[in-house]
Amino acid sequence: MKYLLMLYAEEKVGMAMPPEQMAGFMAQLAAYQDTLNKAGAFVTTAALQPTHSAKTISKADGELKVHDGPYTETREQFGGYFIIEAADMNAAIDLAAQCPAATWGNIEVRPYNAGYAPG
Amino acid sequence: MKFMLLIHSTEPAVIENTRADAGVMSPEYAAYNDALIKAGAMLAGDRLQPTTTAASVRVRDGKTEVLDGPYAETKEQFGGYYLIDVADIDTAVQWAARCPSAQFGTVEVRPIWNTRGD
Amino acid sequence: MTNEVRQTAERVARDSYGRLVAFLAARTRDVAGAEDALAEAFASALKSWPVDGVPTNPDAWLLTVARRRQTDAIRRRQTRTTGEVHIQLMTEELEQAAANSDAIPDRRLALMFACAHPDIERGMRAPLILQTILGMTAVEIAAAFLIPPATMGQRLVRAKARIKDTGIAFAIPEREELPLRLDAVLEAIYAAYAKGWTEIGDSNADRLADEAIWLGRLVASLLPGEPEAKGLLALMLYTEARRAARRCEDGAYVPFDQQDIAIWDEQQIVAAEALLRQANKAGPTGRYQIEAAIQSAHVARRVSGRANWEAVVGLYDVLLSLTQSPVVALNRAVALAETQGLEAALASLAVIADDKRMADYQPYWAARANLAARAGRRDEAYEAMTLAVGLATDDAVRQYLIGQRWLLQDG
Repeated sequence: MKYLLMLYAEEKVGMAMPPEQMAGFMAQLAAYQDTLNKAGAFVTTAALQPTHSAKTISKADGELKVHDGPYTETREQFGGYFIIEAADMNAAIDLAAQCPAATWGNIEVRPYNAGYAPG
Repeated sequence: MKFMLLIHSTEPAVIENTRADAGVMSPEYAAYNDALIKAGAMLAGDRLQPTTTAASVRVRDGKTEVLDGPYAETKEQFGGYYLIDVADIDTAVQWAARCPSAQFGTVEVRPIWNTRGD
Repeated sequence: MTNEVRQTAERVARDSYGRLVAFLAARTRDVAGAEDALAEAFASALKSWPVDGVPTNPDAWLLTVARRRQTDAIRRRQTRTTGEVHIQLMTEELEQAAANSDAIPDRRLALMFACAHPDIERGMRAPLILQTILGMTAVEIAAAFLIPPATMGQRLVRAKARIKDTGIAFAIPEREELPLRLDAVLEAIYAAYAKGWTEIGDSNADRLADEAIWLGRLVASLLPGEPEAKGLLALMLYTEARRAARRCEDGAYVPFDQQDIAIWDEQQIVAAEALLRQANKAGPTGRYQIEAAIQSAHVARRVSGRANWEAVVGLYDVLLSLTQSPVVALNRAVALAETQGLEAALASLAVIADDKRMADYQPYWAARANLAARAGRRDEAYEAMTLAVGLATDDAVRQYLIGQRWLLQDG
C-alpha cells in the first residue's frame, strides 16, 4: 500500500534560517530518504517552492479564475512530501514519526486510492 | 520546469463526480491523463483516499503524537495531485484549467525545488 | 439623484475614458500618471456632481480636474527650470481643450499604436489596450487571460513604464510603416476577441468579446481608409452572430455544422457582409479580409443550405501562403474533406501532425478525431478523441466529445 506523507512547516522560519543550518536540515532529510530506501519503503519525494509562488485555479459563478497564493492559508504550510510503501497505516505512521520534519512541523499521512494509478 | 498541481474539492462532490466508483478513473480524468502523457508533460499523478482515513504525526521532545484526520480542516479537501514538467508557470496554469476538477473544485499550482538534480 | 449621477459618470467613463487618457498621456507619454489623474477626477466627480449637479460638459470638467492633478504631480517631480516651460505648454493646450470639449483631439488611435508597439511584449498588447482605452481593471483583464490578478497588474505596470522610458511615440505611423504597425493593433484586438469567444459559458468572456468589437469599430471609424480594419470588424461580427447557436437550451455543445441557422444573428451578419464589401473594394487584401471572406462563404449556408466549400478551401490556400500558420493548415484540411474527401483531408492533416504546437492544441485533436471517425479509422479516431477530451477546458465540449467517443466504441 502506498502512503503520502505531507510535510507541513512554517515557511517563515525556514526562510529566516541561515543557509548552513538549512543545509543541516536537508542533510537530515537526505539521510531519512536513505533509511527509507534501505527498508524498501521509498517511492519518491519532492520539495515545493514557498506558497507565495503558488497560483490557484477555480471556477466561481461559471468563470475560471486564477488567484495568487495557495488554496488555504494555514499556520504551517505544505512544503514537500514523501511517498512511501508500507504494510498498513500503523507502519506508515511509524515511518512518518522517523522523518526529521516531524520534529519541526507536522506530517499528514494519507493512503493512496488503490486501483487508481494514472501515472 | 516542474510543477505540482494540488487538487482540492469537497469530498462529497468528488464522490458524486466520480460516479461513486472510487477505484475507477472517470472518462474525463482518463482523457486528461492521456493528454498529459501525449504532450510529454506527465511525471506522476495520484488520487488519495478521503481525509477521514488520514492521520497527522509530529514528534515533540522525542515524543510522538498522532492525531486522527488531516493536518488542516478546510472547506475543500486535498484529494490528489499531478506532477508535471512544462515550459513555464503560464503553461502549468493552462494545464490546471484543463483538469476536470477545476470545474467543481480548486487546483493549486506550485513550482517544485529542483534540488536533487532529477 | 445619486444613481443618475453614477450613471452619467459611468456613461462618460465608457465614452470618454480612453479619449481622456490618450489626451492626457500624449505629451508626457506617462500612461500610468494620466490614469491616476483621471481616476482622481472621476472620484471628485462622484463627490461633487450629486451636490452641484452634472456639468453641461462632463468631459471638459473631468479634463480640468485631471489636468490639475497631473500638473501638480509633474511639478512635484521635475526640476523648476525645465519643468515650468513644459507644464505651461501643456496647461495651455489642456485649457483650450477643456474650454470646448469638441476640441479635445482624439488621440486614442495614437495611444493604441503605442500599446501595440513592437517594443511591447506581444502578449501584453491586448491587455494594455483594454486597460488604457476602455479602463478595464487588471482584475477583469486577468480573469479573461487566465493570469493571476497581481501578475497581470505587475505586467501592465511594466509595460506602461516601458512606453514612458523607451520613448515610444504617441503617433500614427507614417504611410510605409502603417500596414505592419496597424496589423499589431488589429492582432491585439483580435486576441482580446478570441479570449472572449473561446471561453464559453463564462460571463466575463461575453463582455470581453463586446469590448473587442467596440475597439474594432473605433479603429475602423478612425481609419476609414484601411480595409484591414473593416475586415477585422467584419470577421468579429460574423463570429459573434453565431454565439448563441453554440449551445442547446440544456447547455449542451453544438458543433458548427449542426448549428441551427435560425438562431444566427441576422443583423450582425448583414453588417459584416456590408463591411466586407467595402473592405474588398478598397483592397489590397490582407489576412482579416480573407478570414472574413471565409466566414462569408460559411454563412452562405443560410441561403443555399450548404457552405461554399470550394471558396473556403481556395481562401485558406491564400491565407496559408500569407501566414504559414499550422492553425490555418488545420482549418484548410477540415474544409478539404468537403471538396476532396476524407482521405485527402487526413493526408493534409498529416503534414502538421509533428508540429509541436499541435501536441496540446485541442481543436487539432477534435478535428482529427472527427475526420478519422468519418473515414472509418476507428482506432485513430478513438485516440484523438481521448486527447481532445483531455485538453478541453469547457465541460460542455468535454461531455460532447465523450459522447462522440462512446459512439465509436458502440457502432
